[in-house]
Amino acid sequence: MERITAAVVPAVLALTALLGLWRGVDVYQALLDGARDGLQILLRILPNLICLMTAISMLRASGFLGWVCAAAEPLLRLAGIPPQTIALMIIRPLSGSGALGVGSELMRTYGPDSLVGRTAAVMLGSTETTFYTIGVYFAAAGIQKTRYAVAAALIADIAGFLASAWAVRLFF
Amino acid sequence: MVALSLLFAVGNGTLQEVSAAAVQGASDGVELCISMAGTLCLWSGVMEVLRRGGALRALSAALRPVLSLLYPEFRKNEEVMGAVSANVSANLLGLGNAATPFGIKAACAMAKHCSGTASDALCMLVVCNTASIQLIPTTVAAVRASAGSAAPLDILPAVWLASALSVTAGILAVKVLSGIWRDKWNA
Repeated sequence: MERITAAVVPAVLALTALLGLWRGVDVYQALLDGARDGLQILLRILPNLICLMTAISMLRASGFLGWVCAAAEPLLRLAGIPPQTIALMIIRPLSGSGALGVGSELMRTYGPDSLVGRTAAVMLGSTETTFYTIGVYFAAAGIQKTRYAVAAALIADIAGFLASAWAVRLFF
Repeated sequence: MVALSLLFAVGNGTLQEVSAAAVQGASDGVELCISMAGTLCLWSGVMEVLRRGGALRALSAALRPVLSLLYPEFRKNEEVMGAVSANVSANLLGLGNAATPFGIKAACAMAKHCSGTASDALCMLVVCNTASIQLIPTTVAAVRASAGSAAPLDILPAVWLASALSVTAGILAVKVLSGIWRDKWNA
């Protein structure tokens, strides 16, 4: 299984190059043109990303998340989610590396094959870094008014967390 | 967010940490951007090769039944459909690094006609990308393996189920909210 995953990137790259050659595309020129486009997009999202990351790391350092954790614990018990995973659920939409850190800590503390460890892993696998994704996409597209996108994305996250806890109990 | 953290910094006596974090976060943003630059450029280049080779058209033809349900207004727009198809395929393959450039391309193409305000299709695209839909969650499996799991990949069915439910909830939320939002502004 691991070997298959390791082969995906090289395989996609090689197939792309072969396809280009077969179709008579100037592969190198196309690659350069695309990369130039990518660089322009990057410049457009850089300022937004800096603001977003600054705000998120300030929020993490202020102790706000700890307060939310304490407030949400009774709710989690009601929903049947292991309360140990709450810090993970709160950090998940904000920071990918932060969530990975909290998640691996949970897996090490409770064991990767425990209920808590498994739930943490499934939560990590079935959700994304929501605010980062929203920030990058809308910054690149030049959107200021996001309307209901954040609300809908958070609904999807909450559904994902509930479903993770439920699916782990169902399968194990 | 900044106001909230100031409020809590004063309440918890963590002002020092918060000011350090603000500086750190700003440079983290630049670092993240630079680390993204390589993959973003590479995969944008790959997509350009695929587009010129006609592969994007084939891919979007294959995914059309699903995608035209999600993005009815762009059913006939080859540029958008091609980029969205590449985005979905990369997500499924677990190529998160590649999925983002493809998705950004799709977002740019979709945004051509709306000035500064997110359209329903853009919201749908973003929500579909915030709910991860990968077949093999490699990073998580690696973490489980390093924590000494007996079978790191035995969570797969649970991940699939949870992802599917999360994406479904997101799509439903977009559909419902787009109706409410429109009524509110156009009434």
